[in-house]
Amino acid sequence: MAVKEDILRKQFPILGLTVNKRPLVYFDNAATTQKPVAVIDRLRHYYESENSNIHRGAHYLSQLATEAYEQARENIRKFINAGQNHEVIFTRGTTESINLVAYAFSKKFLNPGDEVLISEMEHHSNIVPWQIACENHQAHLKIIPMNEKGELRMDQYRKLLSEKTKLVAVTHVSNSLGTINPVKEIIQLAHQNNTAVLVDGAQAAPHIPIDVKALDCDFYCFSGHKMYGPMGVGVLFGKEKWLEQMPPYQSGGEMIKEVSFKKTTYNELPFKFEAGTPNVADVLGMEKAIQFILEVGHKAIARHENDLLQYAINRLSELENIRFIGTAEQRTSVVSFLFNDIHPYDTGTILDKLGIAVRTGHHCAQPVMDHFQIPGTVRISFALYNTKEEIDVLVKALAKVREMFG
Amino acid sequence: MSGIKEKEQEIIEEFEIFDDWMDKYNYIIELGKSVPEINPEYKQEKYLIRGCQAQVWLHADYKEGKVIYTADSDALITKGIIALLIKVLSGQPPQEIIDADMAFIDQIGLREHLSQTRSNGLLNMIKQMKLYALAFQKSMPQNNNQ
Ligand SMILES: Cc1ncc(COP(=O)(O)O)c(C=O)c1O
Repeated sequence: MAVKEDILRKQFPILGLTVNKRPLVYFDNAATTQKPVAVIDRLRHYYESENSNIHRGAHYLSQLATEAYEQARENIRKFINAGQNHEVIFTRGTTESINLVAYAFSKKFLNPGDEVLISEMEHHSNIVPWQIACENHQAHLKIIPMNEKGELRMDQYRKLLSEKTKLVAVTHVSNSLGTINPVKEIIQLAHQNNTAVLVDGAQAAPHIPIDVKALDCDFYCFSGHKMYGPMGVGVLFGKEKWLEQMPPYQSGGEMIKEVSFKKTTYNELPFKFEAGTPNVADVLGMEKAIQFILEVGHKAIARHENDLLQYAINRLSELENIRFIGTAEQRTSVVSFLFNDIHPYDTGTILDKLGIAVRTGHHCAQPVMDHFQIPGTVRISFALYNTKEEIDVLVKALAKVREMFG
Repeated sequence: MSGIKEKEQEIIEEFEIFDDWMDKYNYIIELGKSVPEINPEYKQEKYLIRGCQAQVWLHADYKEGKVIYTADSDALITKGIIALLIKVLSGQPPQEIIDADMAFIDQIGLREHLSQTRSNGLLNMIKQMKLYALAFQKSMPQNNNQ
């Protein structure tokens, strides 16, 4: 199926909104994407005719909800090509997935003097949990630097890997630069060094196919809300051999086998890592979002989004004094820029007045801004429903900005 | 009417003549360009109010029972709004500054710039302006009745 813009856009009710008396142009998809009717309907259907607590009651509804929930796990396993259903853990999102690993993996495997390797382009949620874990276990955090295009310096990465390196945590796609990192190579090199790898897939999941088997990653994290699904739900994929050995992250109901006041034995995977009543509705919504992506098709999505990316870069280049931040050879769906003579906040404010939603600021990646010595950028990020006409509207609006501030 | 309310009223009337947002923002940008910049010696970390998006530097002096503010920002729209805040609060006695509700911001349709999500330092700037007023009031109570 090709991306037929008009049909596709109709599936996203919010795209019909008027903002500041103009048709909404939504270019903040890296922050969160909009939701298709199918996802919204799925949530409604769950609460209208399936809602019940799962894995507990023996009654009809509980069984229905439990089956739907476990079926979603199966479908999501297929989506990322994981080997086993219990290697798919449901979380609140990428942030919680990373925190789970930073806590539980580190508790078991991180010793004083060990090192954790992250990159200079990580989102804060793939920095801070590792800072805390390293502090707790007297380990050290090392940083893989990037070059001026916003690409990881693989020569430096090779040098940083040592017998002390216990884990590498790196983003698949950068949220501030759009760079697609060579994660497969990163993982191969790490494995030759007996080092585990966590991949932050928050920005990859909506754009490129994920195959955890081909990547051979040890952990993979993503969020439902950045891939047309609901907020408050996400996935941690972990290889069984790690998950088995890791201690629970949170405790309570669902994650136990037997409890007495003397001793508690933990439930098996994946339930060991899913304490408490899970977010069933949103898991089902995420499953629907994935189905939506598969129906449109990764090929069609990539073709359309790459078209938009090229078109945007070409059109934006016409503007005076523009500076692009992040010009990696391998990139997707994000254009970060600023005018040399206009603060990104000023640009963003006027764009908002013109009905265009972009993100301005440091995008939760302050080290990236420090690298380029800039206060922030204006970031436009695409989803499969964006159009070239919207880019034209943006370029016109930016010309207006130049007129006002120039 | 307090000195602050009078200044607020002046600004509200000034803004009444704009019938579209573009005129309004052009005016704010012009204000931003015309703000007397903060003395360079104060443009340093110690006086910086960090926002996620734009930065603000704020300095305060206490003269004859009045607080005198100067400020600057790296973003022009922020700077223009700073100019308005200074126009209203600078040169006023501490107690009036502490009590000011800054309702005029809402009335001239700029409230969105003070929202948490903007994170442009303005909200913290107002807080900091009031803290300065409080500190001056506490440290020099003899000036209270001037
Ligand atoms: C690369 C990257 N990692 C992690 C996150 C955090 O995702 P969430 O807020 O959904 O937990 C984001 C979200 O902006 C991101 O872009």
